[in-house]
Amino acid sequence: MTVTAAPLVEEFRYGLDAPICLTWELTYACNLSCVHCLSSSGRRDPAELSTGECKRVIDELERMQVFYVNIGGGEPTVRPDFWELVDYATAHHVGVKFSTNGLRITPEVARKLAGSDYIDVQISLDGATAEVNDAVRGTGSFDMALRAMQNLADAGFAGFKISVVMTRQNVRQLDAFKAIADSFGAQLRITRLRPSGRGADVWDELHPTAGQQRELYDWLVARGENVLTGDSFFHLAGYGEGLPGLNMCGAGRVVCLIDPVGDVYACPFAIHDAFLAGNVRGTGGFAQVWRNSELFTDLRRPQSGGACTSCSAFDACQGGCMAAKFFTGLPLDGPDPECVRGFGEAALATADPAGAPRPAGDHSHRRSPASGPRASQPVPVSIGPRPADPGQAVPRSMPDRACDENPLAGFAPPAPR
Amino acid sequence: MSTKAETGAPAGNARADAGFDLDAPWRLHPQVSVRPERFGALLYHFGTRRLSFLKSPALLTIVTSLESQPSARAACAGAGIRPADLPAYTRALATLAASQMICGRTAA
Repeated sequence: MTVTAAPLVEEFRYGLDAPICLTWELTYACNLSCVHCLSSSGRRDPAELSTGECKRVIDELERMQVFYVNIGGGEPTVRPDFWELVDYATAHHVGVKFSTNGLRITPEVARKLAGSDYIDVQISLDGATAEVNDAVRGTGSFDMALRAMQNLADAGFAGFKISVVMTRQNVRQLDAFKAIADSFGAQLRITRLRPSGRGADVWDELHPTAGQQRELYDWLVARGENVLTGDSFFHLAGYGEGLPGLNMCGAGRVVCLIDPVGDVYACPFAIHDAFLAGNVRGTGGFAQVWRNSELFTDLRRPQSGGACTSCSAFDACQGGCMAAKFFTGLPLDGPDPECVRGFGEAALATADPAGAPRPAGDHSHRRSPASGPRASQPVPVSIGPRPADPGQAVPRSMPDRACDENPLAGFAPPAPR
Repeated sequence: MSTKAETGAPAGNARADAGFDLDAPWRLHPQVSVRPERFGALLYHFGTRRLSFLKSPALLTIVTSLESQPSARAACAGAGIRPADLPAYTRALATLAASQMICGRTAA
């Protein structure tokens, strides 16, 4: 006999009774406007879960024995009850890893964090130099992140994470990122850029080239010891040797996302109605959504690999990332847009970019940074009924609320030119 | 071996059973949380922030009974492990010891 039964991946593919961990975006509010933000964050959503509602979710996670939550946002530390919720979670045996741009990691906060075994911190950094980082994350964000790292290191917080989204501009900085992590006694974590949220707008310009993907894979194989990947590069397993970690898509099977208003999505990179399983405010709460939602039940059935099943790399890459396919307009049973065999590129060449689904729920600051494609789009400035939502059959001319009714309602002056 | 996966990698047999003392008293590390699953169990260590897997219900029985047994060997016997299967379970326990999921009872 052997202790190693059927590969665990097989068990995971059909789902667990509770997630191993989950991502919980606590707020859409953020002090930054990163061009690739996967949750299109910026402004707080008025329907955000209250402190009490968050605590009820934590109670449920404790009952379900979810080991830890990856808290993000937005910038989660801008929630006034952030530390209260972190303390509540750890007191209820739910570990916390939270992602931050460093805004609130003062020397005092760093000392408090260093004192807890149940809290881990991830500082986001997308360039090993201010030039590369700030082009994506905004002016001053590099210095802010480095200051936070220094505060954590000074407080004796060993092994905090430096979290990097790999882009065309920073793949060549891998060694430099590792050096930064080493200098702070931190651990490097690199993850894949997804065309999710505002990332959909910049993916074409930011995602690594085919050559860079190979470079990244070779670097991970050669130097990846003690580098975390969020298990996000499993599409690179098609190169041959799988990378350490779980080489499968865990969406709705072993992981999921709870967003700031309590919506439960299959994964953090799939904020769209097509991947919305339910809401924690519903009857039965989160457990009901996790265990019985139609979407998650469906994801736990054997999936069709479509044309990919005839590819020799399919066993390794499993067709890649669902969200990456979805937001680039590729069929879910087709190749990943960054397929290492080049099938994704070929599929993208014939796909209709206008047909790609748009990420839902844009909470971007109304004044987005003066770079990127968004800034060059026309902004409707005329007074009168707002433009119809794309795909909406009936133009929205009715006032939302009674107090919107005024003498000018329904009056549409010609747009000034 | 320890896993560097964040959702976790199946533990391999790289360390084999080198140096694992089957006759010593062992226990689950106090910072480890155990979640039973149909394939065995998931283990999470809050100190090292690592995830491990127990790939059989018998191994779960062994691990959770370590504390009440005088030795790992006794825990295996108590779980009904046949002598022929003992080397495989010893390797699994060695792997868990290497990743600090279990520890010597005096070391804690």
